[in-house]
Amino acid sequence: MFAIIKKEVFSPEVKLIEVDAPAIAAKARPGQFVVLRIAEEGERIPLTIADFDREKGIITMVFQEVGKSTVYLGALKEGDKLANLIGPLGNPTEIEGYKKVLCVGGGIGIAPIFPIARGFKEAGAEVISIIGARTKELLIFEERMNKVSDRLIITTDDGSYERKALVTEPLKEILEEDSSIEKVVAIGPPIMMKFVAKTTQPFGIKTIVSLNSIMVDGTGMCGACRLEEGEETKFCCVDGPEFDGHKVNFDLLISRLNMYLDEEKASLEAYRKVEDK
Amino acid sequence: MSADEKTKKSRVRMKEQTPEGRIRNFNEVPFGYTPEQAVEEAGRCIQCKRPQCVDGCPVEVDIPGFISLIKENKFIESAHKIKEKNSLPAVCGRVCPQEEQCEVLCVQGKKGEPVAIGTLERFVADYEAEQGELELPKLPPKLGRKVAVVGSGPAGLTVASDLILLGYDVTVYEALHKSGGVLVYGIPEFRLPKVIVQREVDYISKLGVEVVCGAVIGKMLTVEELLNEKGYSAVFIASGAGLPLFFGIPGENLNGVYSANEYLTRSNLMKAYLFPQYDTPIKKGKRVAVFGGGNVAMDSARTALRLGSEEVHLIYRRSRKEMPARHAEIEHAEEEGIKFNFLTNPVKFIGDDKGNLKALECLRMELGEPDDSGRRRPVPIKGSEFTIDVDLAVVAIGAGPNPLLLSTIPDLELNRRGYIVADEETGKTSKRRVFAGGDIVTGSATVILAMGAGRKAARAIHQYLEWTNW
Repeated sequence: MFAIIKKEVFSPEVKLIEVDAPAIAAKARPGQFVVLRIAEEGERIPLTIADFDREKGIITMVFQEVGKSTVYLGALKEGDKLANLIGPLGNPTEIEGYKKVLCVGGGIGIAPIFPIARGFKEAGAEVISIIGARTKELLIFEERMNKVSDRLIITTDDGSYERKALVTEPLKEILEEDSSIEKVVAIGPPIMMKFVAKTTQPFGIKTIVSLNSIMVDGTGMCGACRLEEGEETKFCCVDGPEFDGHKVNFDLLISRLNMYLDEEKASLEAYRKVEDK
Repeated sequence: MSADEKTKKSRVRMKEQTPEGRIRNFNEVPFGYTPEQAVEEAGRCIQCKRPQCVDGCPVEVDIPGFISLIKENKFIESAHKIKEKNSLPAVCGRVCPQEEQCEVLCVQGKKGEPVAIGTLERFVADYEAEQGELELPKLPPKLGRKVAVVGSGPAGLTVASDLILLGYDVTVYEALHKSGGVLVYGIPEFRLPKVIVQREVDYISKLGVEVVCGAVIGKMLTVEELLNEKGYSAVFIASGAGLPLFFGIPGENLNGVYSANEYLTRSNLMKAYLFPQYDTPIKKGKRVAVFGGGNVAMDSARTALRLGSEEVHLIYRRSRKEMPARHAEIEHAEEEGIKFNFLTNPVKFIGDDKGNLKALECLRMELGEPDDSGRRRPVPIKGSEFTIDVDLAVVAIGAGPNPLLLSTIPDLELNRRGYIVADEETGKTSKRRVFAGGDIVTGSATVILAMGAGRKAARAIHQYLEWTNW
């Protein structure tokens, strides 16, 4: 179990793995996540499910190498096994009952927005998608998003591909010309989600963001993932991972995500030293 | 009084690590008895005809029985005698509150110190394990029926071992990647070495119990599916204490404010004290505040010291008398230099410009009229606010029920506090074929109470499956 069946390298730092996990694939729904641990000494890290295939019993995850765990994960090959894969966790996206929705994906956030867009499409909604990346080589899942979107807009920060813009620019234009959009779902870096929520707020459109807080158990037991939605403290793992973008305290989220930067750096350096030997 | 009588009044003490030495390591504090010490201490038991101590034991261990075998130097036989009733003796010998259960009823305690029942239990369990392969009891023929257990903590492990010994097939589903529940993630190494927990879990596995880790019931599988698709005749829910409670005061989400569950899980389960050899980091505060007066608060404070904190304050809103922690734990914490601040409660956490905790504002309290728990209610003293500098805080004020599993069983009756309503004698819930026990029924309690609930539920499950009367 938990063998890597397939690995795709999108860029030196962005990779996709398909993992053999029939019990999780059987239950996974758009918007949910897993907690994985690579090896005995490993930490538990949450990753949003980018796709699942119930028949083949596999789930797909896309990740960016930032710390030791993701660098290590990126170094694994097809056939290698993960120590643990736990899920599906969190609440699935509310997908039923919409006529027209807008999905926004930024960076590796495009991967988890894909099953959500597909879910909306299968539930009969008209789906407009905006996906964006820093530069062309970091843009992933274009083909997949194209298949499940009625209209797909692509942006790059540096203009190396399609429109040179941040995702918020086409977002604003679309909302200005089309008042029939009922819901916006955004997944990407916290700063992007913050500005997506700011952009949609004046239009009064329900905006859902999927948050990837630091977690330990991922099942409500520890509270590492707490965040603020309005006045309330919530646990990302059991109350989320999706929250009302207009109410989330993004500055707190970002500050808590940076809590272990020094330790992460030390851990990565120690790992690289061992690897070099 | 003769010298002999005098020695019989006080118990034989275990040697332990010195406070100065032990705060620099995570090794267990006491070393346990030598065989000679065990025999000497066992000699203090007068083998009452009607032993009171057994009445105090939630799992009814034959206490005079196992102690008299120690007197005869039959240590292995003594361990087997305990295991007739208690599948986790090495754990219980260490973490049971014997001073409130068996030892408090010991006749020797009336004139001097009670027999050290817990230490003797611990001795024989360790002795047996050190002799190598544990002897397995003879298993009855299989009954061909399956029971699922949700959670591998003390309650779940007890039910599993009792039912396997009756001939059932038992599967234990554990949400975390390691089995043992609170014994693994909650209780620190220096109080309960993890090799001991692993040994007890291995023993239960050798009996034939299947333990599936990383299986979150309610998500990966539902209780309904276990009963109706996976072929389990009954399900026992022992998912443990749930969501950590916080004060709900300003600044509580600053970096550096942990729940005790998180702090201890990082250190115990994830071995963050061995970072970066282990990947999970943990904040090592210079000046630490731990809130609460229970065992979990003591464990957190003592963990902070061992992680290298310079000053650790325990902050408790009532007085010493009301502290729910075991005496031994309070003593150990004091010896190690934890600073106790009684009748004190936090008002707000203060952060720096980067969102990191830097100080704490507190209020002094005084004791007023007794509350629901019978303890005098702490009341704030107006104008007594003061600030202390801390860069790490651990909130150990209890837990509430975790909704993750319970919300997926709509026909399961919960009480006012959100815990499962289950019959005290049988563990039966409002849902047919579903039993429950441990902290998910009682709220945070002790290892042995959870085991007691497991013992009773195993009996009831057996009865139900034999006679199908609900």
